[in-house]
Amino acid sequence: MRPLNDDWQMQATAADGRAMVDVAAEFIKPNDRLTSFERIELYNRQYWFRLIDVFYEDYAGLAAILGETRFNRLCQQYLIQYPSKSGLLRFLGRKLEDFISNEPQLTEPQTAMALDMVRFEWAQIQAFDGARKPPLTPDDLLGKEPSQMRLRMQPYLTLLHTQHAVDHFLVAVKKQVPRGEASNASNGTIYSGKRRRSVKAGETFLAVHRLENIVYFKRLEPAAYEILTAIRDGATLTDAIASAVSPDVQPEAWAAQIQEWFKTWMSFGWFCRK
Amino acid sequence: MGWSPASGFQPFAKTAQELQRFFMPANRFNGFTDLGIGIGLRVPHYNHILSKKPTVDWFEIISENYMVDAGRPLEILDQILEQYQVVQHGVSMYFGSTDPLSREHLKGLKRLVRRTSTPFLSDHLCWGSVDGSYTHDLLPMPYTWAAVKNTAERIRAVQDFVGVPVIVENVSSYAEFHLSEMSEWEFLSEVAEQADCGILLDVNNIYVSSQNHSFDPLDYVNGVPHERVGQIHIAGHSKYERYILDTHDHAVIDPVWKLYARAIELCGPTATLLEWDAKIPSFDEVHREALKAKKYLQAVREKAGAKRREKLALR
Repeated sequence: MRPLNDDWQMQATAADGRAMVDVAAEFIKPNDRLTSFERIELYNRQYWFRLIDVFYEDYAGLAAILGETRFNRLCQQYLIQYPSKSGLLRFLGRKLEDFISNEPQLTEPQTAMALDMVRFEWAQIQAFDGARKPPLTPDDLLGKEPSQMRLRMQPYLTLLHTQHAVDHFLVAVKKQVPRGEASNASNGTIYSGKRRRSVKAGETFLAVHRLENIVYFKRLEPAAYEILTAIRDGATLTDAIASAVSPDVQPEAWAAQIQEWFKTWMSFGWFCRK
Repeated sequence: MGWSPASGFQPFAKTAQELQRFFMPANRFNGFTDLGIGIGLRVPHYNHILSKKPTVDWFEIISENYMVDAGRPLEILDQILEQYQVVQHGVSMYFGSTDPLSREHLKGLKRLVRRTSTPFLSDHLCWGSVDGSYTHDLLPMPYTWAAVKNTAERIRAVQDFVGVPVIVENVSSYAEFHLSEMSEWEFLSEVAEQADCGILLDVNNIYVSSQNHSFDPLDYVNGVPHERVGQIHIAGHSKYERYILDTHDHAVIDPVWKLYARAIELCGPTATLLEWDAKIPSFDEVHREALKAKKYLQAVREKAGAKRREKLALR
Protein backbone atom coordinates (compact mmCIF):
# COMPACT_ATOMS: atom_id res chain seq x y z
CA MET A 1 0.00 0.00 0.00
CA ARG A 2 1.47 3.33 -1.03
CA PRO A 3 2.08 5.67 1.92
CA LEU A 4 0.13 8.89 2.14
CA ASN A 5 1.77 12.19 1.27
CA ASP A 6 2.73 14.81 3.83
CA ASP A 7 -0.84 16.13 3.90
CA TRP A 8 -2.20 12.65 4.70
CA GLN A 9 -3.71 12.35 1.24
CA MET A 10 -3.26 9.70 -1.43
CA GLN A 11 -0.21 10.22 -3.59
CA ALA A 12 -0.83 11.69 -7.00
CA THR A 13 1.45 9.15 -8.73
CA ALA A 14 1.22 5.37 -8.70
CA ALA A 15 4.23 3.11 -8.10
CA ASP A 16 4.64 2.66 -11.86
CA GLY A 17 4.72 6.40 -12.47
CA ARG A 18 1.21 6.73 -13.86
CA ALA A 19 -1.08 9.44 -12.55
CA MET A 20 -3.32 8.01 -9.85
CA VAL A 21 -6.34 9.80 -11.28
CA ASP A 22 -5.92 7.69 -14.44
CA VAL A 23 -5.33 4.45 -12.53
CA ALA A 24 -8.38 5.05 -10.34
CA ALA A 25 -10.58 6.00 -13.30
CA GLU A 26 -9.61 2.75 -15.04
CA PHE A 27 -11.21 0.64 -12.32
CA ILE A 28 -13.56 2.74 -10.21
CA LYS A 29 -16.76 4.55 -11.14
CA PRO A 30 -17.08 8.14 -9.97
CA ASN A 31 -20.38 9.27 -8.49
CA ASP A 32 -22.12 12.62 -8.27
CA ARG A 33 -20.05 13.64 -5.23
CA LEU A 34 -16.66 11.94 -5.45
CA THR A 35 -14.22 11.31 -8.25
CA SER A 36 -12.75 7.84 -8.83
CA PHE A 37 -9.53 9.10 -7.21
CA GLU A 38 -11.37 10.34 -4.13
CA ARG A 39 -13.24 7.04 -3.74
CA ILE A 40 -10.01 5.03 -3.75
CA GLU A 41 -8.40 7.61 -1.51
CA LEU A 42 -10.94 6.83 1.22
CA TYR A 43 -9.60 3.29 1.39
CA ASN A 44 -5.96 4.39 1.11
CA ARG A 45 -6.31 6.79 4.04
CA GLN A 46 -8.31 4.33 6.12
CA TYR A 47 -5.57 1.72 5.75
CA TRP A 48 -2.92 4.03 7.17
CA PHE A 49 -5.14 5.56 9.84
CA ARG A 50 -6.33 2.15 11.03
CA LEU A 51 -2.89 0.60 11.33
CA ILE A 52 -1.22 3.68 12.77
CA ASP A 53 -4.04 3.82 15.31
CA VAL A 54 -3.14 0.27 16.36
CA PHE A 55 0.43 1.46 16.96
CA TYR A 56 -0.84 4.33 19.10
CA GLU A 57 -2.79 1.82 21.20
CA ASP A 58 0.12 -0.57 21.61
CA TYR A 59 3.02 1.92 21.76
CA ALA A 60 1.64 4.98 23.55
CA GLY A 61 4.95 5.43 25.40
CA LEU A 62 6.99 5.37 22.20
CA ALA A 63 4.57 7.86 20.63
CA ALA A 64 5.00 10.21 23.60
CA ILE A 65 8.80 10.03 23.34
CA LEU A 66 8.93 10.71 19.61
CA GLY A 67 6.00 13.08 19.27
CA GLU A 68 3.24 12.45 16.76
CA THR A 69 5.03 13.69 13.64
CA ARG A 70 8.06 11.41 14.07
CA PHE A 71 5.97 8.53 15.42
CA ASN A 72 3.68 8.70 12.38
CA ARG A 73 6.70 8.70 10.07
CA LEU A 74 8.24 5.75 11.96
CA CYS A 75 4.98 3.77 11.67
CA GLN A 76 4.62 4.50 7.95
CA GLN A 77 8.23 3.54 7.20
CA TYR A 78 7.90 0.42 9.32
CA LEU A 79 4.72 -0.69 7.54
CA ILE A 80 6.34 -0.13 4.12
CA GLN A 81 9.16 -2.50 5.11
CA TYR A 82 7.00 -4.87 7.19
CA PRO A 83 3.43 -4.88 5.85
CA SER A 84 1.02 -6.95 7.88
CA LYS A 85 1.39 -10.62 6.95
CA SER A 86 -1.25 -11.92 9.30
CA GLY A 87 -4.97 -11.42 9.78
CA LEU A 88 -4.16 -10.79 13.44
CA LEU A 89 -3.31 -7.19 14.32
CA ARG A 90 -1.49 -8.20 17.50
CA PHE A 91 1.59 -9.19 15.44
CA LEU A 92 1.83 -5.86 13.67
CA GLY A 93 4.71 -4.53 15.79
CA ARG A 94 6.75 -7.65 16.26
CA LYS A 95 9.65 -6.35 14.16
CA LEU A 96 9.52 -2.83 15.54
CA GLU A 97 12.50 -3.20 17.89
CA ASP A 98 14.66 -4.54 15.05
CA PHE A 99 13.43 -1.77 12.75
CA ILE A 100 14.29 0.99 15.20
CA SER A 101 17.76 -0.56 15.73
CA ASN A 102 18.36 -0.72 11.99
CA GLU A 103 16.95 2.73 11.20
CA PRO A 104 18.19 4.90 14.08
CA GLN A 105 17.80 8.12 12.08
CA LEU A 106 14.02 7.82 12.53
CA THR A 107 14.29 8.10 16.32
CA GLU A 108 17.50 10.09 16.91
CA PRO A 109 18.51 11.43 19.36
CA GLN A 110 16.10 9.35 21.45
CA THR A 111 17.00 5.98 19.90
CA ALA A 112 18.18 4.34 23.14
CA MET A 113 15.09 5.62 24.95
CA ALA A 114 12.87 4.46 22.08
CA LEU A 115 14.39 0.97 22.11
CA ASP A 116 13.86 0.59 25.85
CA MET A 117 10.26 1.70 25.51
CA VAL A 118 9.40 -0.51 22.55
CA ARG A 119 10.84 -3.56 24.32
CA PHE A 120 8.74 -2.68 27.38
CA GLU A 121 5.56 -2.19 25.37
CA TRP A 122 6.07 -5.35 23.32
CA ALA A 123 6.56 -7.24 26.61
CA GLN A 124 3.09 -6.08 27.62
CA ILE A 125 1.61 -7.46 24.41
CA GLN A 126 3.40 -10.74 25.12
CA ALA A 127 2.05 -10.74 28.68
CA PHE A 128 -1.45 -10.26 27.31
CA ASP A 129 -1.27 -13.11 24.80
CA GLY A 130 1.32 -15.43 26.28
CA ALA A 131 0.42 -18.91 27.41
CA ARG A 132 -0.11 -19.65 31.09
CA LYS A 133 0.96 -23.04 32.36
CA PRO A 134 -0.18 -24.52 35.69
CA PRO A 135 1.81 -22.65 38.33
CA LEU A 136 4.06 -24.41 40.81
CA THR A 137 2.77 -24.67 44.35
CA PRO A 138 4.86 -24.93 47.52
CA ASP A 139 3.93 -28.62 47.67
CA ASP A 140 5.64 -29.15 44.32
CA LEU A 141 8.90 -27.99 45.88
CA LEU A 142 8.74 -30.08 49.05
CA GLY A 143 11.68 -32.40 49.45
CA LYS A 144 13.46 -31.12 46.35
CA GLU A 145 17.15 -30.25 46.52
CA PRO A 146 17.80 -26.61 45.50
CA SER A 147 21.14 -27.61 44.01
CA GLN A 148 19.30 -29.81 41.55
CA MET A 149 16.12 -27.80 41.12
CA ARG A 150 15.61 -26.03 37.80
CA LEU A 151 12.45 -23.96 37.69
CA ARG A 152 10.50 -23.02 34.59
CA MET A 153 9.04 -19.56 34.15
CA GLN A 154 5.68 -18.67 32.69
CA PRO A 155 5.75 -17.99 28.94
CA TYR A 156 3.90 -14.70 29.44
CA LEU A 157 6.57 -13.31 31.78
CA THR A 158 9.30 -11.02 30.42
CA LEU A 159 12.27 -9.75 32.42
CA LEU A 160 13.69 -6.43 31.30
CA HIS A 161 16.79 -4.43 32.09
CA THR A 162 16.49 -0.92 30.68
CA GLN A 163 18.54 2.24 30.95
CA HIS A 164 15.46 4.41 31.42
CA ALA A 165 12.55 4.47 33.86
CA VAL A 166 10.09 3.35 31.18
CA ASP A 167 7.47 2.13 33.67
CA HIS A 168 6.97 5.44 35.46
CA PHE A 169 6.98 7.28 32.15
CA LEU A 170 4.31 5.06 30.61
CA VAL A 171 2.06 5.31 33.66
CA ALA A 172 2.28 9.11 33.44
CA VAL A 173 1.58 9.06 29.70
CA LYS A 174 -1.50 6.84 30.01
CA LYS A 175 -2.91 8.97 32.78
CA GLN A 176 -2.71 12.06 30.59
CA VAL A 177 -3.77 10.71 27.21
CA PRO A 178 -6.40 7.96 27.58
CA ARG A 179 -7.34 6.46 24.22
CA GLY A 180 -10.24 4.25 23.33
CA GLU A 181 -9.91 0.62 22.33
CA ALA A 182 -8.38 -0.12 18.97
CA SER A 183 -10.97 -1.13 16.45
CA ASN A 184 -11.10 -2.25 12.84
CA ALA A 185 -12.96 0.90 11.91
CA SER A 186 -11.19 4.16 11.29
CA ASN A 187 -12.72 7.61 11.45
CA GLY A 188 -9.91 9.23 9.51
CA THR A 189 -8.38 11.18 12.38
CA ILE A 190 -5.40 13.21 11.31
CA TYR A 191 -2.64 13.45 13.87
CA SER A 192 -0.72 16.65 14.51
CA GLY A 193 2.80 17.06 15.91
CA LYS A 194 3.23 17.41 19.67
CA ARG A 195 6.17 18.19 21.88
CA ARG A 196 8.34 15.21 22.74
CA ARG A 197 8.95 14.12 26.31
CA SER A 198 11.98 12.51 27.89
CA VAL A 199 12.17 9.35 29.94
CA LYS A 200 14.26 9.69 33.10
CA ALA A 201 17.58 7.94 32.72
CA GLY A 202 18.46 5.25 35.22
CA GLU A 203 18.98 1.50 35.33
CA THR A 204 15.61 -0.16 35.74
CA PHE A 205 14.80 -3.83 36.26
CA LEU A 206 11.28 -4.95 35.49
CA ALA A 207 9.11 -8.03 35.33
CA VAL A 208 6.17 -7.71 32.93
CA HIS A 209 3.55 -10.32 33.74
CA ARG A 210 -0.13 -11.14 33.96
CA LEU A 211 -2.18 -11.78 37.08
CA GLU A 212 -5.90 -12.57 37.07
CA ASN A 213 -6.10 -11.49 33.44
CA ILE A 214 -4.57 -8.07 34.04
CA VAL A 215 -1.13 -7.12 32.74
CA TYR A 216 1.22 -5.72 35.39
CA PHE A 217 4.80 -4.57 35.50
CA LYS A 218 6.81 -4.87 38.68
CA ARG A 219 10.08 -3.22 39.57
CA LEU A 220 12.76 -5.62 40.72
CA GLU A 221 15.85 -5.19 42.84
CA PRO A 222 18.98 -5.79 40.74
CA ALA A 223 19.74 -8.96 42.70
CA ALA A 224 16.19 -10.24 42.20
CA TYR A 225 16.57 -9.62 38.47
CA GLU A 226 19.86 -11.55 38.48
CA ILE A 227 18.25 -14.51 40.23
CA LEU A 228 15.24 -14.58 37.93
CA THR A 229 17.25 -14.31 34.72
CA ALA A 230 19.57 -17.08 35.92
CA ILE A 231 16.54 -19.28 36.63
CA ARG A 232 15.05 -18.36 33.25
CA ASP A 233 18.33 -19.31 31.57
CA GLY A 234 18.36 -22.75 33.17
CA ALA A 235 20.48 -22.38 36.30
CA THR A 236 19.71 -24.46 39.35
CA LEU A 237 18.13 -22.64 42.24
CA THR A 238 21.36 -22.74 44.20
CA ASP A 239 23.42 -21.36 41.33
CA ALA A 240 20.83 -18.70 40.54
CA ILE A 241 20.87 -17.39 44.11
CA ALA A 242 24.63 -17.59 44.30
CA SER A 243 24.91 -15.46 41.14
CA ALA A 244 23.25 -12.57 42.94
CA VAL A 245 24.60 -12.90 46.47
CA SER A 246 26.30 -9.77 47.66
CA PRO A 247 29.21 -10.31 50.06
CA ASP A 248 28.27 -7.03 51.74
CA VAL A 249 24.95 -8.37 53.00
CA GLN A 250 24.70 -10.52 56.11
CA PRO A 251 23.71 -14.13 55.25
CA GLU A 252 20.71 -14.06 57.59
CA ALA A 253 19.36 -10.84 56.07
CA TRP A 254 20.05 -12.19 52.61
CA ALA A 255 18.19 -15.43 53.30
CA ALA A 256 15.21 -13.51 54.64
CA GLN A 257 15.19 -11.23 51.58
CA ILE A 258 15.36 -14.13 49.12
CA GLN A 259 12.63 -15.98 51.00
CA GLU A 260 10.42 -12.90 50.77
CA TRP A 261 11.08 -12.55 47.05
CA PHE A 262 10.27 -16.19 46.35
CA LYS A 263 7.11 -15.96 48.40
CA THR A 264 6.00 -13.04 46.24
CA TRP A 265 6.98 -14.69 42.95
CA MET A 266 5.23 -17.92 43.89
CA SER A 267 2.09 -15.97 44.82
CA PHE A 268 2.19 -14.40 41.36
CA GLY A 269 2.46 -17.86 39.79
CA TRP A 270 5.64 -17.01 37.92
CA PHE A 271 7.06 -20.52 38.14
CA CYS A 272 5.27 -23.27 36.35
CA ARG A 273 5.18 -26.96 35.67
CA LYS A 274 6.20 -28.29 32.28
CA MET B 1 -49.11 -26.61 11.00
CA GLY B 2 -52.88 -26.09 11.39
CA TRP B 3 -55.18 -29.01 12.03
CA SER B 4 -58.76 -29.34 13.02
CA PRO B 5 -60.61 -32.53 13.97
CA ALA B 6 -63.19 -31.96 11.27
CA SER B 7 -60.97 -31.12 8.33
CA GLY B 8 -57.88 -33.15 9.11
CA PHE B 9 -54.42 -31.93 8.42
CA GLN B 10 -54.48 -28.56 6.70
CA PRO B 11 -51.32 -26.49 6.29
CA PHE B 12 -51.87 -22.76 6.81
CA ALA B 13 -48.64 -21.91 5.03
CA LYS B 14 -48.53 -22.76 1.38
CA THR B 15 -44.78 -22.28 0.89
CA ALA B 16 -41.65 -22.88 2.93
CA GLN B 17 -41.00 -19.16 2.92
CA GLU B 18 -44.44 -18.42 4.31
CA LEU B 19 -43.97 -21.01 7.02
CA GLN B 20 -40.65 -19.52 7.94
CA ARG B 21 -42.16 -16.11 8.43
CA PHE B 22 -44.71 -17.43 10.91
CA PHE B 23 -42.17 -19.05 13.16
CA MET B 24 -38.73 -18.06 14.41
CA PRO B 25 -36.52 -18.59 11.38
CA ALA B 26 -34.16 -21.02 12.97
CA ASN B 27 -32.79 -22.52 9.80
CA ARG B 28 -29.95 -24.67 8.57
CA PHE B 29 -27.82 -21.58 7.97
CA ASN B 30 -27.82 -20.56 11.62
CA GLY B 31 -27.57 -24.11 12.90
CA PHE B 32 -31.30 -24.15 13.69
CA THR B 33 -30.76 -21.70 16.55
CA ASP B 34 -33.09 -19.03 17.82
CA LEU B 35 -30.61 -16.67 19.40
CA GLY B 36 -32.46 -13.42 20.07
CA ILE B 37 -30.61 -10.10 20.45
CA GLY B 38 -26.86 -10.08 20.92
CA ILE B 39 -23.99 -7.64 21.20
CA GLY B 40 -20.32 -7.83 20.36
CA LEU B 41 -17.99 -9.05 23.11
CA ARG B 42 -15.59 -6.15 23.60
CA VAL B 43 -12.58 -5.68 25.91
CA PRO B 44 -13.94 -2.59 27.75
CA HIS B 45 -16.94 -4.67 28.87
CA TYR B 46 -15.06 -7.75 30.11
CA ASN B 47 -15.03 -6.77 33.77
CA HIS B 48 -18.68 -5.77 33.80
CA ILE B 49 -19.80 -9.00 32.15
CA LEU B 50 -17.71 -11.26 34.37
CA SER B 51 -18.60 -9.50 37.60
CA LYS B 52 -22.23 -8.47 37.04
CA LYS B 53 -23.24 -11.40 34.82
CA PRO B 54 -25.90 -9.44 32.93
CA THR B 55 -28.62 -11.28 31.03
CA VAL B 56 -27.63 -11.23 27.37
CA ASP B 57 -29.05 -13.56 24.73
CA TRP B 58 -25.68 -14.05 23.05
CA PHE B 59 -22.31 -12.52 22.28
CA GLU B 60 -20.59 -12.25 18.95
CA ILE B 61 -16.80 -12.56 19.01
CA ILE B 62 -14.34 -11.51 16.35
CA SER B 63 -12.68 -14.86 15.64
CA GLU B 64 -9.26 -13.33 14.96
CA ASN B 65 -9.09 -11.84 18.47
CA TYR B 66 -9.18 -15.33 19.95
CA MET B 67 -7.18 -17.28 17.40
CA VAL B 68 -4.17 -17.49 19.70
CA ASP B 69 -2.60 -20.49 21.37
CA ALA B 70 -3.10 -19.16 24.87
CA GLY B 71 -3.24 -15.99 26.91
CA ARG B 72 -5.71 -13.59 28.41
CA PRO B 73 -8.11 -13.52 25.45
CA LEU B 74 -8.74 -17.26 25.71
CA GLU B 75 -8.93 -17.21 29.50
CA ILE B 76 -11.62 -14.55 29.30
CA LEU B 77 -13.41 -16.38 26.49
CA ASP B 78 -13.56 -19.60 28.51
CA GLN B 79 -15.15 -17.73 31.39
CA ILE B 80 -17.68 -16.16 29.05
CA LEU B 81 -18.46 -19.55 27.48
CA GLU B 82 -19.38 -20.95 30.89
CA GLN B 83 -22.38 -18.65 31.01
CA TYR B 84 -23.21 -17.37 27.56
CA GLN B 85 -23.85 -18.44 23.99
CA VAL B 86 -21.10 -17.20 21.72
CA VAL B 87 -21.13 -16.95 17.92
CA GLN B 88 -18.01 -16.40 15.82
CA HIS B 89 -17.65 -13.60 13.29
CA GLY B 90 -14.48 -13.30 11.21
CA VAL B 91 -12.86 -10.35 9.48
CA SER B 92 -10.01 -11.82 7.46
CA MET B 93 -11.24 -14.89 5.56
CA TYR B 94 -11.69 -12.65 2.52
CA PHE B 95 -14.13 -14.87 0.63
CA GLY B 96 -13.65 -12.73 -2.47
CA SER B 97 -9.86 -13.00 -2.51
CA THR B 98 -7.87 -14.82 -5.17
CA ASP B 99 -5.05 -15.58 -2.71
CA PRO B 100 -5.03 -19.27 -1.71
CA LEU B 101 -6.88 -20.04 1.50
CA SER B 102 -4.50 -20.13 4.45
CA ARG B 103 -4.53 -23.60 5.98
CA GLU B 104 -3.00 -22.21 9.15
CA HIS B 105 -5.82 -19.71 9.44
CA LEU B 106 -8.42 -22.40 8.76
CA LYS B 107 -6.91 -24.72 11.34
CA GLY B 108 -6.92 -21.92 13.91
CA LEU B 109 -10.51 -21.13 13.04
CA LYS B 110 -11.56 -24.77 13.38
CA ARG B 111 -9.84 -25.03 16.78
CA LEU B 112 -11.79 -22.01 17.91
CA VAL B 113 -15.05 -23.41 16.51
CA ARG B 114 -14.55 -26.50 18.67
CA ARG B 115 -13.80 -24.35 21.70
CA THR B 116 -16.82 -22.08 21.35
CA SER B 117 -19.31 -24.61 19.90
CA THR B 118 -20.50 -21.77 17.71
CA PRO B 119 -23.62 -22.96 15.82
CA PHE B 120 -22.40 -21.16 12.68
CA LEU B 121 -19.73 -18.72 11.70
CA SER B 122 -19.73 -15.64 9.52
CA ASP B 123 -17.32 -13.56 7.51
CA HIS B 124 -17.55 -10.98 4.75
CA LEU B 125 -18.23 -10.79 1.06
CA CYS B 126 -15.04 -8.93 0.29
CA TRP B 127 -11.34 -9.20 -0.37
CA GLY B 128 -8.53 -7.62 1.64
CA SER B 129 -5.16 -9.19 1.00
CA VAL B 130 -2.76 -9.39 -1.92
CA ASP B 131 0.21 -11.75 -2.08
CA GLY B 132 -0.04 -12.41 1.64
CA SER B 133 -0.09 -8.77 2.74
CA TYR B 134 -3.20 -7.81 4.68
CA THR B 135 -5.04 -4.49 4.49
CA HIS B 136 -7.16 -5.25 7.56
CA ASP B 137 -10.04 -3.75 5.63
CA LEU B 138 -13.14 -5.18 3.95
CA LEU B 139 -12.67 -4.16 0.34
CA PRO B 140 -15.59 -4.21 -2.12
CA MET B 141 -15.54 -6.55 -5.06
CA PRO B 142 -16.49 -6.21 -8.70
CA TYR B 143 -19.83 -7.99 -9.04
CA THR B 144 -19.02 -10.32 -11.91
CA TRP B 145 -19.94 -13.89 -12.77
CA ALA B 146 -16.29 -14.91 -12.44
CA ALA B 147 -16.23 -13.43 -8.94
CA VAL B 148 -19.44 -15.30 -8.06
CA LYS B 149 -17.81 -18.59 -9.05
CA ASN B 150 -14.54 -17.91 -7.23
CA THR B 151 -16.24 -16.63 -4.08
CA ALA B 152 -18.75 -19.49 -3.91
CA GLU B 153 -15.97 -22.07 -4.31
CA ARG B 154 -14.04 -20.45 -1.50
CA ILE B 155 -17.05 -20.39 0.83
CA ARG B 156 -17.77 -24.06 0.10
CA ALA B 157 -14.17 -24.96 0.88
CA VAL B 158 -14.28 -23.10 4.20
CA GLN B 159 -17.63 -24.61 5.10
CA ASP B 160 -16.36 -28.11 4.37
CA PHE B 161 -13.23 -27.54 6.46
CA VAL B 162 -14.73 -25.97 9.57
CA GLY B 163 -17.75 -28.25 9.68
CA VAL B 164 -20.35 -25.65 10.70
CA PRO B 165 -22.65 -23.55 8.50
CA VAL B 166 -21.11 -20.39 7.08
CA ILE B 167 -23.06 -17.21 6.52
CA VAL B 168 -21.66 -14.41 4.41
CA GLU B 169 -22.08 -10.74 5.30
CA ASN B 170 -22.58 -7.85 2.89
CA VAL B 171 -20.05 -5.07 3.51
CA SER B 172 -20.44 -1.33 3.34
CA SER B 173 -18.55 0.27 0.47
CA TYR B 174 -17.31 3.59 -0.84
CA ALA B 175 -16.32 2.54 -4.36
CA GLU B 176 -17.87 0.67 -7.26
CA PHE B 177 -16.15 -1.07 -10.16
CA HIS B 178 -16.71 -0.46 -13.87
CA LEU B 179 -16.42 -4.23 -14.30
CA SER B 180 -19.55 -5.07 -12.32
CA GLU B 181 -22.17 -7.04 -14.25
CA MET B 182 -24.95 -6.99 -11.66
CA SER B 183 -26.12 -5.19 -8.54
CA GLU B 184 -24.57 -5.98 -5.20
CA TRP B 185 -27.72 -7.74 -3.95
CA GLU B 186 -27.88 -9.84 -7.10
CA PHE B 187 -24.23 -10.74 -6.53
CA LEU B 188 -24.83 -11.67 -2.88
CA SER B 189 -27.83 -13.77 -3.88
CA GLU B 190 -25.89 -15.62 -6.60
CA VAL B 191 -22.95 -16.28 -4.29
CA ALA B 192 -25.24 -17.60 -1.55
CA GLU B 193 -27.06 -19.89 -4.00
CA GLN B 194 -23.91 -21.25 -5.63
CA ALA B 195 -22.15 -21.72 -2.30
CA ASP B 196 -25.35 -22.99 -0.69
CA CYS B 197 -24.57 -20.82 2.29
CA GLY B 198 -26.49 -18.42 4.49
CA ILE B 199 -26.52 -14.65 4.58
CA LEU B 200 -25.68 -12.29 7.40
CA LEU B 201 -27.74 -9.30 6.34
CA ASP B 202 -26.15 -6.11 7.64
CA VAL B 203 -28.84 -3.48 7.24
CA ASN B 204 -26.54 -0.65 8.35
CA ASN B 205 -24.09 -1.63 5.62
CA ILE B 206 -26.97 -1.66 3.13
CA TYR B 207 -27.91 1.84 4.21
CA VAL B 208 -24.32 3.15 4.08
CA SER B 209 -23.75 1.68 0.62
CA SER B 210 -27.13 2.94 -0.62
CA GLN B 211 -26.22 6.48 0.32
CA ASN B 212 -22.72 6.24 -1.16
CA HIS B 213 -23.92 4.62 -4.40
CA SER B 214 -27.39 6.20 -4.74
CA PHE B 215 -29.63 3.16 -4.78
CA ASP B 216 -32.82 2.43 -2.86
CA PRO B 217 -31.88 0.31 0.17
CA LEU B 218 -35.28 -1.36 0.06
CA ASP B 219 -34.37 -2.83 -3.33
CA TYR B 220 -31.47 -4.55 -1.58
CA VAL B 221 -33.50 -5.82 1.36
CA ASN B 222 -36.32 -6.96 -0.92
CA GLY B 223 -33.93 -8.54 -3.42
CA VAL B 224 -32.00 -11.11 -1.33
CA PRO B 225 -33.16 -14.72 -0.71
CA HIS B 226 -34.80 -14.23 2.66
CA GLU B 227 -34.89 -17.92 3.51
CA ARG B 228 -31.08 -17.86 3.56
CA VAL B 229 -30.77 -15.08 6.12
CA GLY B 230 -29.40 -16.55 9.34
CA GLN B 231 -28.53 -13.36 11.20
CA ILE B 232 -28.95 -9.59 10.94
CA HIS B 233 -26.48 -6.87 11.94
CA ILE B 234 -27.43 -3.36 12.97
CA ALA B 235 -24.97 -0.56 13.73
CA GLY B 236 -24.26 3.15 13.65
CA HIS B 237 -22.11 5.07 11.19
CA SER B 238 -20.61 8.52 10.57
CA LYS B 239 -22.01 10.95 8.04
CA TYR B 240 -19.64 13.33 6.24
CA GLU B 241 -20.41 15.94 3.66
CA ARG B 242 -19.96 13.74 0.58
CA TYR B 243 -20.01 10.19 1.94
CA ILE B 244 -20.87 7.99 4.87
CA LEU B 245 -18.27 5.88 6.66
CA ASP B 246 -19.17 2.62 8.39
CA THR B 247 -17.57 3.46 11.73
CA HIS B 248 -19.67 1.44 14.22
CA ASP B 249 -19.30 4.24 16.74
CA HIS B 250 -22.80 5.66 17.04
CA ALA B 251 -26.30 4.58 17.90
CA VAL B 252 -28.49 3.18 15.13
CA ILE B 253 -30.36 5.87 13.19
CA ASP B 254 -34.04 5.69 12.29
CA PRO B 255 -33.62 4.90 8.57
CA VAL B 256 -31.55 1.85 9.55
CA TRP B 257 -34.19 0.75 12.06
CA LYS B 258 -36.77 1.05 9.26
CA LEU B 259 -34.65 -1.18 7.04
CA TYR B 260 -34.33 -3.61 9.93
CA ALA B 261 -38.10 -3.66 10.36
CA ARG B 262 -38.53 -4.48 6.67
CA ALA B 263 -35.82 -7.14 6.81
CA ILE B 264 -37.42 -9.03 9.67
CA GLU B 265 -40.83 -8.67 8.07
CA LEU B 266 -39.42 -10.57 5.09
CA CYS B 267 -37.01 -12.92 6.88
CA GLY B 268 -38.91 -13.48 10.08
CA PRO B 269 -37.70 -12.45 13.55
CA THR B 270 -34.04 -13.30 13.04
CA ALA B 271 -31.05 -13.40 15.40
CA THR B 272 -29.96 -9.77 15.63
CA LEU B 273 -26.65 -8.28 16.64
CA LEU B 274 -25.69 -4.68 17.39
CA GLU B 275 -22.14 -3.78 16.37
CA TRP B 276 -20.48 -1.01 18.38
CA ASP B 277 -16.73 -1.23 17.88
CA ALA B 278 -15.27 2.24 18.39
CA LYS B 279 -15.79 4.95 21.02
CA ILE B 280 -17.42 2.15 22.94
CA PRO B 281 -19.76 3.37 25.69
CA SER B 282 -20.69 1.43 28.82
CA PHE B 283 -22.04 -2.09 28.55
CA ASP B 284 -25.47 -0.92 29.68
CA GLU B 285 -25.65 1.74 26.99
CA VAL B 286 -24.67 -0.68 24.24
CA HIS B 287 -27.08 -3.33 25.48
CA ARG B 288 -29.88 -0.79 25.78
CA GLU B 289 -29.33 0.21 22.17
CA ALA B 290 -29.39 -3.42 21.04
CA LEU B 291 -32.60 -4.13 22.93
CA LYS B 292 -34.40 -1.47 20.88
CA ALA B 293 -34.68 -4.28 18.33
CA LYS B 294 -37.23 -5.94 20.61
CA LYS B 295 -40.10 -3.70 19.61
CA TYR B 296 -39.55 -4.48 15.94
CA LEU B 297 -39.25 -8.21 16.60
CA GLN B 298 -42.35 -8.10 18.77
CA ALA B 299 -44.29 -6.29 16.05
CA VAL B 300 -43.38 -8.96 13.51
CA ARG B 301 -44.30 -11.78 15.87
CA GLU B 302 -47.64 -10.15 16.66
CA LYS B 303 -48.36 -9.70 12.98
CA ALA B 304 -47.39 -13.31 12.30
CA GLY B 305 -49.53 -14.46 15.21
CA ALA B 306 -52.51 -12.43 13.95
CA LYS B 307 -52.09 -13.89 10.47
CA ARG B 308 -51.94 -17.39 11.91
CA ARG B 309 -55.09 -16.82 13.95
CA GLU B 310 -56.82 -15.34 10.92
CA LYS B 311 -55.98 -18.36 8.79
CA LEU B 312 -57.09 -20.76 11.49
CA ALA B 313 -60.35 -18.85 11.87
CA LEU B 314 -61.04 -19.19 8.13
CA ARG B 315 -61.29 -22.97 8.31
